[in-house]
Amino acid sequence: MTTRLFGEPVQRREDPRLLTGQGRYLDDLGQGAAAAAFVRSPHAHARIRDIDVSAALDVDGLIAIYTWEDLPARVGQPLPLLIPHPALTHGRTALPLAKDVVRHVGEPVVMVVATDRYLAEDACALIEVDYEQLKPVVGIEEAVQGAQLVHEDVPGNVGAHLVQEVPSTTGTSAREAIEGAPHTLAFRLDIERSASMPLEGRGVYARWDGTDLRVYSSTQTSTSVRMAIAAALNLPLPHVEVIAPDVGGGFGVKIVHPWAEEILVPWAAMLLGREIKWTEDRREHFISSAHERGQVQHVRVGFDDDGVIKGLDVTILHDHGAYTPYGIIVPIVTSTQLLGPYKIGAYRVEFTAVYTNTVQVTPYRGAGRPQAVFCMERTMDKIARHLGKDRTRVRAANFIGPDEFPYDQGMIFQDGRPLIYDSGNYPEMLRMVKELVGWDDFEPAPNRGIGVGCYVEGTGVGPYEGGHVQVTSDGRVHVSTGLTSQGQGHETVFAQIAATELGVPIERVSVVTGDTRRFGYAVGTFASRAAVMSGNAIALACRKVREKALRIAADALEANPDDLEIDDGLVHVAGAPAASIPLSTVAVLANPLRYAFDEEAAKATQFSGAASPDKPPVAEGEEPGLEGRDYYSPIRSTFAAGMHAAIVETDPLTAEIKVLRYAVVHDCGRLINPMIVEGQIHGGVAQGIGGALYERMVYDGHGQLLNASFMDFLMPYATEVPHVETAHLETPSPLNPLGIKGAGEAGVIPVSAVIAAAIEDAEGFAIDRMPISPSELFDLRTASRPAQGTAQGTAQEVSRRPEPPER
Amino acid sequence: MKPPPFEYHAPRDLGEALDVLAGAGARGKVLAGGQSLIPIMNMRLASPEHLVDINRLHELDTVEETAGGVRVGALARHSRVERLRAHPLLGQALRLVAHPVIRNRGTVVGSLVHADPAAELPAVLAVLDGSVRLATAGGTRDVAARDFFTGPLESAVQAGELAVSAYFPNTRPRSGTAFREVARRHGDYALAGVCAVVTLDEDLRVERARVACIGVGAVPVVVDVPCERRPAATVGWDEAVRAVREATDPEGDIHASAAYRRHLVGVLAEQALKEAARAAV
Repeated sequence: MTTRLFGEPVQRREDPRLLTGQGRYLDDLGQGAAAAAFVRSPHAHARIRDIDVSAALDVDGLIAIYTWEDLPARVGQPLPLLIPHPALTHGRTALPLAKDVVRHVGEPVVMVVATDRYLAEDACALIEVDYEQLKPVVGIEEAVQGAQLVHEDVPGNVGAHLVQEVPSTTGTSAREAIEGAPHTLAFRLDIERSASMPLEGRGVYARWDGTDLRVYSSTQTSTSVRMAIAAALNLPLPHVEVIAPDVGGGFGVKIVHPWAEEILVPWAAMLLGREIKWTEDRREHFISSAHERGQVQHVRVGFDDDGVIKGLDVTILHDHGAYTPYGIIVPIVTSTQLLGPYKIGAYRVEFTAVYTNTVQVTPYRGAGRPQAVFCMERTMDKIARHLGKDRTRVRAANFIGPDEFPYDQGMIFQDGRPLIYDSGNYPEMLRMVKELVGWDDFEPAPNRGIGVGCYVEGTGVGPYEGGHVQVTSDGRVHVSTGLTSQGQGHETVFAQIAATELGVPIERVSVVTGDTRRFGYAVGTFASRAAVMSGNAIALACRKVREKALRIAADALEANPDDLEIDDGLVHVAGAPAASIPLSTVAVLANPLRYAFDEEAAKATQFSGAASPDKPPVAEGEEPGLEGRDYYSPIRSTFAAGMHAAIVETDPLTAEIKVLRYAVVHDCGRLINPMIVEGQIHGGVAQGIGGALYERMVYDGHGQLLNASFMDFLMPYATEVPHVETAHLETPSPLNPLGIKGAGEAGVIPVSAVIAAAIEDAEGFAIDRMPISPSELFDLRTASRPAQGTAQGTAQEVSRRPEPPER
Repeated sequence: MKPPPFEYHAPRDLGEALDVLAGAGARGKVLAGGQSLIPIMNMRLASPEHLVDINRLHELDTVEETAGGVRVGALARHSRVERLRAHPLLGQALRLVAHPVIRNRGTVVGSLVHADPAAELPAVLAVLDGSVRLATAGGTRDVAARDFFTGPLESAVQAGELAVSAYFPNTRPRSGTAFREVARRHGDYALAGVCAVVTLDEDLRVERARVACIGVGAVPVVVDVPCERRPAATVGWDEAVRAVREATDPEGDIHASAAYRRHLVGVLAEQALKEAARAAV
């Protein structure tokens, strides 16, 4: 079939627009709007004694200044705690503007509206806030001590504490299993902070016409922002529209909502009766949006002579920053996804989420998984090293077998549903990645190392997404879905699905996402769920349209609907292409008309003779028009998987770390568009390289973020990202009609684990803390050779390492 | 990240510029390429009341090659000087400065005046014993490199003065040069860097070797390193490495520890000296 596009590497249809500067991002809109800016706390922890705005009142162009005192009760409430959880006993969220206490540098205190952003910032600079500084809590260790409190009413700074136990099949607890195992190891692992850091920050633009409120937001969920705004501003839902325009990356930070600005900007727009826009700048994004990663893990593991894990006990300290608006999703994902592709004899995981006087922590691409995979894969490598075994053999000894699906890990996943893997083939994937990177042929050499890392990723979490498909009388197909796009390629893959299902050329299909005017019901774009959720919903909606089209065409062609096919936009009898009717005509026939406003419409008017005079023009049970709407709501997540391997070289003198090879084998079920999947993997690996070798959030003891700019927060350039070699395995998901799994986060997940393993292999000492810089590698070398001192090192400085018996 | 209010001046010639600068005094700042100044102003870390844009002063858009060296005018962009064949060390250094789009705007003299302790061009000026020419309406003065860099982001330019050009002397005959650095990312400011000039005698033995180090002190650290008068390929540089490490006093920051920088500057000095010696032959 010429129109079979599912599975083809179709060029991204959004690229000509996005790559030639034709995208319409938040700040491209509302050029005449007034600008909002915020006075943000310069202190990590302080009590607000007084706010003096008098000096700012003389600024030309000033329109309004608001503090918490000015906010009506509904607006001035704490922002919602989006995902409550029984273990989150002390959930806390920020006020839209701080009232008494600020709890991190960057917390908004005063909102200023002026005719432009320059003037708004001038006014901000003249507002004097008198603070009484309080001692800040910075870092996990300080939080755990509990000597100082971030929230006065949260004892010990503990927001959440959760213990999950999965005993062995014979009922043995993890701790008993570890005690009884032939070998045990105990160690500590550290992962530092990083952040989503989309190139476009957040932004909100609001218009109020006296009746209706339209809000544009650079968000990952326009439908939920709409409901949050309607609730906070006490507006009837039909009078609120929220649109996500082109969004320059989200990576998790924009699923958090409503941000303070998403409430305050529309509120002020209504109050002032004028358009207002707030565009987040880079410094604001660093200090007042959200960060992630940031865990300390204490691991105990017991295993047998083959490296089979008998018991695993992980205690996680999770730095949650100042607030928990997105609940404890990140540590829950870490706890559950830590198991990866393995059958662990008995598992115990305990996490404590602590508050610190730093930017709040919410999911960033990977969402707790990079930490989890770092933990499990470091554990596998340590077992292999302890036993002198090949690292891949130890992993294989613990794999879930291809015939063991569905496999129940015995835990509750982030969607509140059982952690049951739907499908996968881990031994084959390991074989493929070893072959791709050349594992068995790798020649050990000084300062060269190889590493591997495996993960399983629960994708496509519910509860649902929907799709609407309409064929108009010009033969065009209009697809809409409520979730949003941040550049992933939805316009392409959703069009591929619709074109394939309806048998039309892809050029006739257009896709709209994230516009509540077009589709009001949605959850959002996160958790690698868009293709799975909306992709299947759109396919189901297309099937409804197709069925109706065939029914109408069958009448017109006097044929049986079961004998009809749609090809290139023509409905025809199978094997008899001459007997055909264009889908555009079917659309005309589907909508009986009174008025002949054009030639096509004339065919559907009352006197065209198309319908029987003895029946109602719209038959009972039918609706006018050729359109369909359907929803996809899965019973639970579908589990994608991947394995990465890397070869690195460390400079014996400068301690620079170079990634020579990076290989990825990836399984996201059936591929809709292999080129887009590879692009997602490449982007994910690039972010993973950032997390492994470059990015961190450097807080000093006062809670000041020392690297809040792209000069000092080292996002890797193209020059720092290695070429990524990919191979695909396709084990379809049995859970959804298209057999697909999510791919959005995959690339980032195991990178820190893989790079740590390869550096460890190159250097011969343990790498238990990521990211790692050349300076830190130098310090580790120095520490591992205390006799040689620190000022050594010219050409003879080549690292030595004990050769393991097997690689 | 918008700058506070400032008065913008766009003088048409040098005389007018000097008059405006004289009037602005310490409240004035010169805008040339703007690659450092504009971000600093946007972050409100600098808030000059008068911004004197010299981009219309075409008389400063000059690169003069003379017998003794190269004089670079205040409006000559990095990218133009980078392509200058007459002075290989300038090219070697400029290829390490940021990225092409930045080099298309940024100016050589602007980098010198900005005086970032990790920047490459101050080291080049220092290792060559170059100078910067400063002008006021009353006249000009030349300040030698060793006096020009007075601290991190601090130079000898006084309020009301305009740096109109910099002079980079040619290296002596039978000299080779090299610039080695380690940066966290391509084009970033160096964690440490070393530029080296090695000069041979008529018998092609090493006569003189000199380095300037960046990122390891408040200003470029120039060291005339001890060297044996032997054929370049057979010279051992251990003494030189030791001397460089002793002469430098790096500080640790969020990107690298002091110990690492001290180690690194020695490694880079040896690499740069070897490369310069090879190039001298």
